[in-house]
Amino acid sequence: MSEQADQRVQPTDEERVEMLETMLRIREFESRMRDNFADAEIPGFLHLYIGQEAMATGVCQVLEDRDYLTSTHRGHGHCVARGLDTARMAAEIYGKETGYCNGKGGSMHIADVEAGMLGANGIVAGGVPIATGAALSSKMRGTDQVAVAFFGDGALSEGAFHESFNQAAIWDLPLIGIVENNQYGEMSGIDEQHPPSTHDDLTIYGEPYGAHREQVDGMDVEAVYDAAARAVERARHGEGPSLVECVGYRFEGHHEGDSEFYRDDGEYEHWKSKDPVETYPERLIDEGVLTADEWAAMQADVETELDEAIEFARESPMPDPQQAYEGLYVDGGDHR
Amino acid sequence: MSLASRETEEMAVRDVINQTLDEEMERDERVFIQGIDVHGRGGTSNILKGLDEKYGRERVRNTPISEVSIVGSALGAAATGMRPVVEIMYCGFLGVAGDQLLNQVAKMRYMFGGKLDLPLVIRTKNVMGANAAAQHSQALHHWLAAIPGLKVVCTSTPEDTKGLLKAAIRSNDPIMLFEHGSVYNETGQVPVEDYTFEIGEAAVEREGEDVTVVATQAQLWNALEAAEQLGEEGISVEVVNPRTISPLDTETIAASARKTGRCVVVDDTPLSYGTQSQIAADVSEEAFFDLDFPVQRLGIPDVPTPFSPSLENEILVDTDDIVDAILTLA
Ligand SMILES: Cc1ncc(C[n+]2csc(CCOP(=O)(O)OP(=O)(O)O)c2C)c(N)n1
Ligand SMILES: [Mg+2]
Repeated sequence: MSEQADQRVQPTDEERVEMLETMLRIREFESRMRDNFADAEIPGFLHLYIGQEAMATGVCQVLEDRDYLTSTHRGHGHCVARGLDTARMAAEIYGKETGYCNGKGGSMHIADVEAGMLGANGIVAGGVPIATGAALSSKMRGTDQVAVAFFGDGALSEGAFHESFNQAAIWDLPLIGIVENNQYGEMSGIDEQHPPSTHDDLTIYGEPYGAHREQVDGMDVEAVYDAAARAVERARHGEGPSLVECVGYRFEGHHEGDSEFYRDDGEYEHWKSKDPVETYPERLIDEGVLTADEWAAMQADVETELDEAIEFARESPMPDPQQAYEGLYVDGGDHR
Repeated sequence: MSLASRETEEMAVRDVINQTLDEEMERDERVFIQGIDVHGRGGTSNILKGLDEKYGRERVRNTPISEVSIVGSALGAAATGMRPVVEIMYCGFLGVAGDQLLNQVAKMRYMFGGKLDLPLVIRTKNVMGANAAAQHSQALHHWLAAIPGLKVVCTSTPEDTKGLLKAAIRSNDPIMLFEHGSVYNETGQVPVEDYTFEIGEAAVEREGEDVTVVATQAQLWNALEAAEQLGEEGISVEVVNPRTISPLDTETIAASARKTGRCVVVDDTPLSYGTQSQIAADVSEEAFFDLDFPVQRLGIPDVPTPFSPSLENEILVDTDDIVDAILTLA
């Protein structure tokens, strides 16, 4: 850990239950996507967030509705945690007219600008400069909005990350970078993509930019919440950018259909024992925050919600082909 | 030389790429590969499988996710005695390496008074029709071809893939080599012997009398299918494969247009400022007085590629579109 946290920021019990529900919603959403993709219901390709639920959940829990975020190719979790409607998300992934982007974007490009969600992104590190710009704009407009950029460990190798953090540091922008360290960029481990001096603490990449740095257990939603709360607080008070590394794992392949040849023996099992969607409900029940019955009811509710979301996606119409020519410019016109 | 007189074997494009890289790495130890997950995964489309074991990590090098440096460091290596073959996973990611391509790779030799060789190959792929959305679905060879200093090749068939990839690797100029995701599994006869195709030479893939169709990559396969269909109806279609986009073999293309008097150009780049426009302009200049109709262009309307199958199908050019275009001329 690069900087010692002075004081732990505790979520309230109500927030803890909310975070459990969010993580469960992400897991159930993604599991349905995985199964339905395997059944060839979903076009294109899919990168799932299964295993990383605590990262998006802990961060988004501390954000206000007015804040901004940018996401990645692995963006469904960020969208759910931000509170996007799972039915419209599913519809987008199915390529339907009722989806967030009316079928133009798909899995890698879900966005809800009104909700401050400035888009998933198919370009690694592509969202980091955009979040930096949102942070610049909130500063120039004199608001206290902050901007969060989610990105993977692999994105730290792109110039876009470094250029953005340099600029954000010089200008004291309210930018929070969340490094989702899931141990791999595609099929290559961190050791192939970063020098040994960084492996134990990827936030070291924020050091030359003077970013506030914290590394947390990305399988522990409260640890993520705690670090994010401090980073957001600093950003709101003009104390400049932060870089928070969430150390965790993805349980699915890089994309669906990945052979996963690169995992070491026992690695999956090691991380699976930390599965936040398994461990957190146990913890809340143990601590008396939630009863077993309440947990069962929550599961039933979320399952119903997501079954309905999938039904909505399935039954929604495909976009009218003519819509392919709409929406490119302000005038919305047809530019054939 | 006709295929008939040579020993050939039936191969898929993807296997030709693998075998050709293997042969060139075997032949010249300065040739090496770098890119994202080229080792292990075998590159974006698993095409390089096996080369990692044979040549090791020194010559099949996994890079960080850093396109500026993937391209730029290969340029520096090419300038100083190596012969890199770079993989950029999807052509859209060329955008990340923009400066290295535009201002470094393309201009270095010329700005230095022509005093250095740059034996650099950048392999990437065009993708359309894969429901991969705008950033992963586009064809961009026209974009690079607009830059003086970059030679741009489009591979389409098993036979041309071998001849062009070998020529690119042996060339002392930087070559942008665009593959196309939709043709990787296409198969055809490939000469077994070692051969290269001249960069800058087009090929007549099918001879005909009534209409010329100039087509690249996935559209070449569609054009051949269209020609087959129309042949049954008594319309004789000549199909020309440009193979190289820059420099373009205007002579071969215009000769065909002069012969048939009608020309359709089809390609997966956007219609405005696309490859089609360049070819149409060249054909018009060269063959105007022998043409019975204005040159027709088929391509992608001027929008990014939408994700949903219903939208993407709307903007894609298919065999029927080519048939229709030919029928309006014939
Ligand atoms: C500029 C660019 N280069 C390469 C890719 C291909 N690609 C997609 S995801 C990915 C790995 C990203 O790794 P990381 O940032 O760790 O995110 P993760 O997938 O692990 O969540 C790569 C290389 C891309 N989408 N964009
Ligand atoms: Mg990663």
